Amino acid sequence: MTNDQLSEKRLDQLREQAWKDGVVTDRGVDVAGGPIPRKPGYYGEPVVRPPVWTWEIGLYFFIGGIGGMSAVIASAAILFHHLDLIRAAMWLAGIATILSPILLIMDLGRPRLFLNMLRVFKHQSAMSMGAWILTGFGTCTAPGLIAVELHFHHVFGGTMDQLVRIAAGIFVFGSAFFGTLLATYTGVLIGATAIPAWHLHRVLLPIHFGTAGLGSAAAWLELIGHRIPALNAIGYYAAAVESALLIWLTFNKHGAADRAIHEHGSGWLIRIGEILNGPLALILRLFGLVPFAAISFLIGSLVSRFGWIAVGKVSGTDPEAVFASQRL
Amino acid sequence: MIGEGIQSSNQRRHSFVKDHVEVGFFTDPSVCIGCKACEVACKEWNQVPDDGFTWSGNSYDNTGHLGASTWRHVMFLEQDRQKGNQITGPMGLPFEPASPARADPQSEDPFRWVFLSDVCKHCEEAGCLESCPTGAIVRTEVGSVLVQNDVCNGCGYCVVSCPFGVIDRRPEPLPDAGGAFKCTFCYDRQKSGLVPACAKVCPTESIVFGRLDDLRARGAQRVQQLQESGYTDAQLYDPTETSVRGIHAFFLILGEPEAYGLPPKPQIPTIYLKSAWTSAFATAIGSFIATLLAFTFFS
Repeated sequence: MTNDQLSEKRLDQLREQAWKDGVVTDRGVDVAGGPIPRKPGYYGEPVVRPPVWTWEIGLYFFIGGIGGMSAVIASAAILFHHLDLIRAAMWLAGIATILSPILLIMDLGRPRLFLNMLRVFKHQSAMSMGAWILTGFGTCTAPGLIAVELHFHHVFGGTMDQLVRIAAGIFVFGSAFFGTLLATYTGVLIGATAIPAWHLHRVLLPIHFGTAGLGSAAAWLELIGHRIPALNAIGYYAAAVESALLIWLTFNKHGAADRAIHEHGSGWLIRIGEILNGPLALILRLFGLVPFAAISFLIGSLVSRFGWIAVGKVSGTDPEAVFASQRL
Repeated sequence: MIGEGIQSSNQRRHSFVKDHVEVGFFTDPSVCIGCKACEVACKEWNQVPDDGFTWSGNSYDNTGHLGASTWRHVMFLEQDRQKGNQITGPMGLPFEPASPARADPQSEDPFRWVFLSDVCKHCEEAGCLESCPTGAIVRTEVGSVLVQNDVCNGCGYCVVSCPFGVIDRRPEPLPDAGGAFKCTFCYDRQKSGLVPACAKVCPTESIVFGRLDDLRARGAQRVQQLQESGYTDAQLYDPTETSVRGIHAFFLILGEPEAYGLPPKPQIPTIYLKSAWTSAFATAIGSFIATLLAFTFFS
């Protein structure tokens, strides 16, 4: 019998007793939700607010990570004279530098006021720092890509070409500098918030986002035909770090405070994402199935980015998580 | 103090804005009657749009929680505890007046109904203000935290940075949608020497507006008074010992803060920045070195 049927049966008993005796002295039934609430907190209402961000932010974390870290690969390719790889990696960074602001502006509540992001420079706001990092990245990547292409096609000759080459080098290294920050600041962005499952893992998040970005950049470049040992080594490194993070996440549990990572649909997204870009990518690479490893890593990185946003939504609506994190 | 009638602090004009004196709210549920006049006055004065009519089934509270279009929220708590020295009856209907059980409140199910008008806390260290990337959120001359609606571009970062879950982004199709909204502390009224609308209408002075130092003294006195009257679980909710360093709209609560949906130890998220940025910089440098090593040894 369900609870409702039990309640109805008890109410019938009480009615009969009222008919017979004219008075009912003992207790009736406990209606769900009343009279004394048994939910945590205030009727189970959220204590902090879940993020209002939609799919654009998860995708931005993914694309920003790829773009930022491919600029790092481009700078290493300059040092080791892989001319084709410089071009491919800078194109990847260039596409990311166009897509990222579009995604961010789409997610704003008032997209027309997006330039207000550059009104102030606030080191204590990870969002403000992110806006400036993305601005710096774009400022270096766009001229960097143009200079690389000008040099590759020998548009100018002689001294001018030498100047273009030097400019390309400077811009690509600038792009790599901002790129590493672009791929990692997103972890700080969600780590320094009031959402318990996020701030409890604020050290893990930048490592995860940055390494997933590096591995994804290498994986993407491999998939478009740059099958060189150096990128394979980066693939091994990223998959190994992600596997270690999966183990860390499995053992570093905080009970109810971060249960959104281990339970619910959000927990499954995290787990699937981490397995795809951790152990599975590593094993596939060991067996020499490089394209499959690359695809596995890319899908894993994308899924886990959306997983972390989902974790914020679940954890932010869970009053017990907030209480538990403050009782730790 | 309580019940001073027309001489009370809520009725007087004030010049705190001119004097740059820190002001605040002291909200006292022990005298709140749950009339929701504060919610209505706030909505009317600030022209806050309605945010839907839903039946929650949670006591007489269909508002739920503070949000972009709810800047005052009266909570209705139903607790199985005694309120002060009040005699509580059984939860069922008391048909038998001669029942010996009624004389002894301890033998019956204790029950109490508590109302508390929740509001933005106007933190000493405000998470929303620190996290705002546009500078739309500012600190006013009376110590309150104000969102400048025309500057806010709706990035939503303040929403996850508030340790009390107060501020929120207003959804479509409401007017002014997309921006972040919360209690303005009736900054416009204060500029004209008027007290905030909610404090003005409160019929029992459950919401008291005034100088912050006066209110803190008044709050401490009220707690003592209640304790002496048998409200042993009366306490002030003002997290001064955490990184929030106190709130300008503080509360007297009966029982634990958790029951009111108030975090027991709220922290401003900027305290997490140091470890998170350290990790980010380490990862940035690590990724660069790993890439260089990969190209050095596998080229």
